[in-house]
Amino acid sequence: MNFMEAPILEELRVIVGDRGLISSPEELHTYECDGLTYFRVMPRAVLLPNTTEQVQAIVRVCHRERMPFVARGSGTGLSGGALPVENGIVISLARMNRILEVDFLNARVVVEPGVINLDVTGRVSPQDYFYAPDPSSQSICSIGGNVAENSGGAHCLKYGFTTTHVLGLEVVLPDGSLVHFGGKTLDAPGYDLAGVFVGSEGTLGIATKVILRIVKRPECVRTLLAAFPSTNEAGAAVSDIIAAGMLPAAIEMMDNLSIQAAEAAVHANYPNCGGLLLVELDGPAAEVEALMANVKEICRSNGASEIRVAQSDAERALVWKGRKAAFAAMGRISPNYIVQDGVIPRTALPRVLSEIERLSKEAGVRVANVFHAGDGNLHPLVLYDRRIAGQEKAAEALSAQILELCIAAGGSITGEHGVGEDKKKAMAKMFAEPDLATMQRVRCAFDPLQLSNPTKVFPTPRLCGEKPGEYVPHPSESAGIAERY
Amino acid sequence: MDAATKHEASGLHSALRYKFIAIVGNENVRAATAADVVAGVQAKLVIEPGTESEVSEILRLSNAAGLAVIPRGGGTKIGWGNPPTRADLILSTVRLNEIIEHAWADLTVSVGAGCTIQRLQETLAQHGQRLALDPLWPEKATIGGVLSANDSGALRLRFGALRDLIIGATIALADGTLASSGGKVVKNVAGYDLPKLVTGALGTLGAITRAVFRLHPLPRNTRSFSVATANAEEALRFVLAVQDSKLAHTFLQSHFSDESSPVSDILFEGTEAGLEAQEVQLRSLAVPAKVLGSSTSTWTAREELWTLADPQCAAIAKISILPANLARTIKLVEHIASGQQVRWRALAYATGLGWLRFEGKPAALRGTLQALRGELEGQQGSLAALYRPEKMPAFDAWGSVGDALPLMKALKQQLDPKSMLNPGRFVGGI
Repeated sequence: MNFMEAPILEELRVIVGDRGLISSPEELHTYECDGLTYFRVMPRAVLLPNTTEQVQAIVRVCHRERMPFVARGSGTGLSGGALPVENGIVISLARMNRILEVDFLNARVVVEPGVINLDVTGRVSPQDYFYAPDPSSQSICSIGGNVAENSGGAHCLKYGFTTTHVLGLEVVLPDGSLVHFGGKTLDAPGYDLAGVFVGSEGTLGIATKVILRIVKRPECVRTLLAAFPSTNEAGAAVSDIIAAGMLPAAIEMMDNLSIQAAEAAVHANYPNCGGLLLVELDGPAAEVEALMANVKEICRSNGASEIRVAQSDAERALVWKGRKAAFAAMGRISPNYIVQDGVIPRTALPRVLSEIERLSKEAGVRVANVFHAGDGNLHPLVLYDRRIAGQEKAAEALSAQILELCIAAGGSITGEHGVGEDKKKAMAKMFAEPDLATMQRVRCAFDPLQLSNPTKVFPTPRLCGEKPGEYVPHPSESAGIAERY
Repeated sequence: MDAATKHEASGLHSALRYKFIAIVGNENVRAATAADVVAGVQAKLVIEPGTESEVSEILRLSNAAGLAVIPRGGGTKIGWGNPPTRADLILSTVRLNEIIEHAWADLTVSVGAGCTIQRLQETLAQHGQRLALDPLWPEKATIGGVLSANDSGALRLRFGALRDLIIGATIALADGTLASSGGKVVKNVAGYDLPKLVTGALGTLGAITRAVFRLHPLPRNTRSFSVATANAEEALRFVLAVQDSKLAHTFLQSHFSDESSPVSDILFEGTEAGLEAQEVQLRSLAVPAKVLGSSTSTWTAREELWTLADPQCAAIAKISILPANLARTIKLVEHIASGQQVRWRALAYATGLGWLRFEGKPAALRGTLQALRGELEGQQGSLAALYRPEKMPAFDAWGSVGDALPLMKALKQQLDPKSMLNPGRFVGGI
């Protein structure tokens, strides 16, 4: 890493003040990775702006000096999206954490990017509203980070993702200019730039203001736990629930290893079984009661040995605490683990799970499965012990094989954690070259110099203005053999 | 057709036309007729490719030859947007009408851009599912057209817009590149969300060739009601009360006009037990307004608005406002329209989107639209003029885009550098 020239450092210090600049190596260590600690890069400096104007001023310096920058929220991301880049700086939005406006009549909230996800709900819950996207890290992750990653959560089956709830954005583009996408009203004229920006993993600029939609709390919420002999029966029950025309607020599944881990960590009082299903229904009370009877029947007919409905809000909270703590809980049963985030069509679940089990046995590496079963988002946790020679390699290899299983099943390499640094090589397996080249063209419109979180998301760096080769269809595609997904 | 156009058309006939025929076959290339006029501009040739690679080939050739291409589905909304600055080819998706895969157990469908909404819905209904969208003229409107125009109706309140339903798309860029993005699973954050980018882009960034959607179950039962109120304020109070309640309504729309008092329609879906309970709750909310059982005609309210007695003296606009500004907006419409001696009718959704029909002299229609757009843009809203009579003085269909216009132009430049796709039809001259 090159140290930054003193005059530039001074210039940045003037923008954010002494308290807004971190440049001593000891302090910079905090910022050398995000939630995915496997990758580490030391930034040249970390800037902590308080205002949009400061963000603009910093980005203008970066633009002039051709110095890459990486925006960072709470640093909880699991794909290395907030990993610093070589010779770059980190712009932390943590101090821009004000809720600027709450408009209940129109169900809109305007926030700065550093606001913590759960604080939005905290602010609007007295009026019985909530902010729907609920990633497991919601008590610490920021809205800006959620925007970058298009974060999901357990309830996105019914309520949608971050992108569903972001109506407008104020964005500092990589040349320092300020632009506005969308707004408080729907269907603003022009391209849906907010739609492209959300989930672009910090590669298109920095959001400095976000207009969110909030949702009225449903009259009634019921959470059911059903214990099955294995994930196969639990999976069959999920299919039957969907086939019956129900759209639960959430359907989560845990296998035995995950149950053990969650029990050890938070004593959620889960039944000990091979496959645990958690189904949450919400809506008008009469509707929920009618459908809950239906769900119970489906669980029973698929061999559930025990069915429980949480009887109080406290019980319900405990059920969710176990599920949301599942990743962290793995520490109780394994010194190290890799979290995967592949997605498969729900119907491929039994096939993919048994394949994972086979690969796991072959590799001698344990895999715990926690997933958003309603939408096919798997979170296999590959467990290993770094101290045992060869285990880390075996775990990584298994983890990569699992992703390939997901792609082969017609799914995706990531459902909510993002591509970041971690999965950029797998992008070339999921998308064909023309697909990636087209995305690159979009990136060049926003960031022709490629300063905003460069080196992430895409497998091969390509300069803007570089002519992509003329499109030639792959022979198998022309012959109608290959489908382009 | 004037002499010059005739010459160009015959030019197309002799040279390029032969190449087009070689790609799609003689029966799928024809000279454009008066029926193929695009917002007053006569195109020359209509081409109907049958596969995505044919679309790609046609675009590649056209791009090299500098021909302006107008992608077209069912043609129901071909007039939306500004007149094209040039129009050589109409690229019809009518033969790309395959329902490629209805993965009913996964609640997804992959469908060709030329499939009509109605045919798709009929196929989905065989497994008790639907694309939760109620666009205009479903019997003719196609997937690609509805996406490009970003059409949505009353169901948007509960199920979101097309941007929330589309999960994957394949587009053919102006240079013939076929690019897929998204995928066929509901949850997926790999790569840029280009399906959202092409939704509502009016075909200016690429021709959509196929799309993948998430689906919803058809409702078990439905119950709908109409609520009569005395004036716009009372209607708004009712709408806001419903929106702030625990009701799980599927749609909520209100009708206003210069000749009758407001009526709001509300639809519920669910189990009989749930519907019963919601009806009781609705009746307590609606006091003192009158609650009536409603007819199925509420479903066609938007199409009725588009049924014009005299197309030469009518204009239709889509507006977007903050939901709580409804009464204020209706008053504004009333005020501006009466000043211009224009008759009006409105359909407003609880989402803040609405549709307005004005009837009057073309110059007065323009005055009305312009004044109203100015007011709405001042309140963070917008007005798109989607139908304007031929004789109306020129008026931009879209209005102000704000500070993101240079970025939008940069995007267009990246994906269609020669401006070959629908040139001049979109915002800011794009």
